[in-house]
Amino acid sequence: MTGKLDDRITFLGRKLGVFLLTVWTSATLIFIIPRLAPGDPIAAMIARMSQQSGYVENADKIIEGWRERFGLNDPPSIQYVRYLGNLFHFDLGYSMASFPATVSVMIGRALPWTVGLSLVSILATFLIGNFVGALLAWQKTPRWIKLCIPPTMIFTSIPGMLAAVALLYIFSFQLHRWLGLSAPLFPLRGAYGRGLEPGVSWPFILSVIHHGILPVTSIVLVRFGYWALGMRGMMITVEGEDYMHLARAKGLRPFYILYHYMIRNAILPQITGLALSLGTMVGGQVLVEIIFSYPGMGTLIYTAVRNQDFPVIQGATFIIIVGTATAVLLIDLLYPLIDPRISHQGK
Amino acid sequence: MNTKVSQPSPTTNLLEVKDLRVYYETPGGDILAVDSIDFELKEGETLGLVGESGCGKSTAAMGILQLVQPPGRIVSGEVRLQGKDLLTLSEGKMRQLRWSKLALIPQGAMNSLNPTMRIYRQIQDVILTHQTTGSDKLSADQIKNRILELLRMVGLPERIYQMYPHELSGGMKQRVCIAMAIALNPSLIIADESTSALDVVVQRVVAQTILRVKQMLGVSMIIIGHDMGLMAQIVDRIAVMYAGKIVEIAAVRDIFNNPSHPYTQLLIESIPSLKEQKPLKVTEGLTHDPRHPPPGCIFQLRCPIVTDQCRSIAPKAHLIRVEQSVACHAYENTDVARTV
Repeated sequence: MTGKLDDRITFLGRKLGVFLLTVWTSATLIFIIPRLAPGDPIAAMIARMSQQSGYVENADKIIEGWRERFGLNDPPSIQYVRYLGNLFHFDLGYSMASFPATVSVMIGRALPWTVGLSLVSILATFLIGNFVGALLAWQKTPRWIKLCIPPTMIFTSIPGMLAAVALLYIFSFQLHRWLGLSAPLFPLRGAYGRGLEPGVSWPFILSVIHHGILPVTSIVLVRFGYWALGMRGMMITVEGEDYMHLARAKGLRPFYILYHYMIRNAILPQITGLALSLGTMVGGQVLVEIIFSYPGMGTLIYTAVRNQDFPVIQGATFIIIVGTATAVLLIDLLYPLIDPRISHQGK
Repeated sequence: MNTKVSQPSPTTNLLEVKDLRVYYETPGGDILAVDSIDFELKEGETLGLVGESGCGKSTAAMGILQLVQPPGRIVSGEVRLQGKDLLTLSEGKMRQLRWSKLALIPQGAMNSLNPTMRIYRQIQDVILTHQTTGSDKLSADQIKNRILELLRMVGLPERIYQMYPHELSGGMKQRVCIAMAIALNPSLIIADESTSALDVVVQRVVAQTILRVKQMLGVSMIIIGHDMGLMAQIVDRIAVMYAGKIVEIAAVRDIFNNPSHPYTQLLIESIPSLKEQKPLKVTEGLTHDPRHPPPGCIFQLRCPIVTDQCRSIAPKAHLIRVEQSVACHAYENTDVARTV
C-alpha cells in the first residue's frame, strides 16, 4: 500500500511541477513580449489626452512621473523580479487606462461572467455533440434521426461571430416584430437586466439565464459538430472491438451496450479534448462576448488592447494561462478515474 | 476419449445445422465464407472445427450464434438448438437465449473484455440481464458468491474480482472469459480459437481449464482452432472445413488414424513431429477466389489426386465408416449404407 501511496505522491509532485513551470514560463513571456512591441503606452495615453483636450501641459513631466510610478525606469532585471514578486500574491498592478482601478479588481469583476458563460457552453457543446455523434454511429438509431442530424452541422462551417450576429438579428431585432410582440424575445446586450442588483435573487438569476441563452446557443451551434464527428469516428472504432462482439454474444440489452460498452470507451479521447477546451474557458469567447457586450474577460482584453493598457493585458493573459494550466492539471488528476488503464504510477 | 462417440448415438441432438450459408458482400461479388454446411452435435459432445485460416470456421460459429456482422449475412439454412430454429427467432427472443443457452469463449481474449469495467461487473452484467423476474432473483451477496465461485472454478484467485482487464495476463483474461461463459450453465459453448494468441504453456492451462469445466458441467462444445494436437486431447469428433465447406467429419481417432479426404491427409501430415525431421510438404496450388468457386470439387486446385470428374461434379458426402463422412469422389464406391 505504501508503494502505491508513494507513487501517487510522486505523480502529484510531477504534475504540480509541470504546472508551476508552465505558469512561470508564461509569466516570463508575458513580461518580455509587450516590452518588445513598438510604442510607449504612456506616450500613447498622453497623445490620446491631447487629442481630446487639444493640449496637455507639461507632457514630458507627466510621462516621466508615470514612468517613475510604474517603475519603467528601473533596469529590466529589477522590473522582472518585482513583477514576479507581485504576481506571486496576485498583485497585478493598476490599470493605465482606467486608473486608479487595480487590475485584480477589474479581472475579478469580469472573470465570473466569462467562466460561467464558457463553462455552460463548453459542457452543453460536449454533451450535445457527443450524444449526437453516438447516435450517428449507433446501429440501432432510427433512420430518420440519422438523416436529420447531418444538415444541422452546416453551422459548424460558419464562423462563431457570424452565428452570433445572425442569432442576435433574428431573436433580438426581427422575430418579435414579425410576431407582433412589443419586446424582443431575447435581450440585445449585457449579462443581466439593467437596474437589477447582482445577488442571489430569482429575478437576477432568471435575467442572467435570459441574457445567456443567445451567447451560449451561438457557441454550441458552431462547435457541437466537431464533437459529433469525433465521437462518431470513435464509436465506429469501438464497434469493431472484440469486447463489442462479446457484449452482443452475451445478449445484453442494446442500451446497456450503447452506454457501458460503446460510449464509455469511445468518450475517452473526447475527454482529453474536453480538457483542452476547458483550458480555453477563461479567454476563449472574446468575439462572442464583444458581440453581445458581455462584461467578461474577452471584452476586458479587447478594451485593454485598444487602449494599450499593458497591466490589464498582462494580468488578463496571466489569469488565462493559470486557468488553462489549472484545467489541464485537474483533468490529469481526474483522468485515472475515467480510464483505469491510466494510473498514477510513474512510467 | 469418450466411448459414446464410437457407438451409434442413442443420445438426442442438441444442435442441428442444415445448409447454413453465410456470405460476405464485396464490390466484386459475394464471398462464400460458409457455403452450405451440415452437421449435428449431440448432448454433451465436443466437436472440433478445424481448417486453415480463412476457411470459414469462425464465420460458421458466428452464423450459429446469429452474430454475423455486416457486410456478412446469413443467406439460408437452419440452426436448430434443442429443436428450435434460431434463424426464425425475433431479436428479442434471440437475446434472451444468448448466453443462457449459447455462450461464446471469444477469439481475441486480449481485447475481449471491456477495458473500462472491472472483471466482476462484466460477469455480473450477464447474470443480471438474463435473470428472469421473480423468485429466482439473486441477491447482491449471492451474485458476488457466484462470481467468486466461477473464478475459483477456472483457477483464478479471488483478487481478480476487483481488477480491471489490463491488470491481467492473457491467460488470465482467457480464463475470465471461460468463467463468464459458464456463468449461466449454457447448453452449448462455442470456443472460437480460444488458445490461439497464447504461448504453449498457457495454451495448455487454458485447454485444461476448458476440459475441466466441460467435465464438471457436461456441457456440449464446439471448439474452433487449428492446433490439431490440442484438438486430439479435447474433442470427441472433428469436422474439417475447407473454403466454406465441411469436407470430412469423423471421430477424432479416425481423423488421425484414417484421414480420408485429401485435404485432411494434408492437414494431418503437416503436424510437426518431435521424433523425426520430415521434410515440409509444400502445399501446391492456391485456394480459388472465394467469390467464384470452380465448378465441381472445391479442393480441385490443390488436390494431389484430382480427376476430370472433380472438375465438373461436386462430390457428395460419402459415409465410409460409421460416423465418418467424406466429401470426395475417391470414396464413391466405399459408401456404407446409411444407418440413420
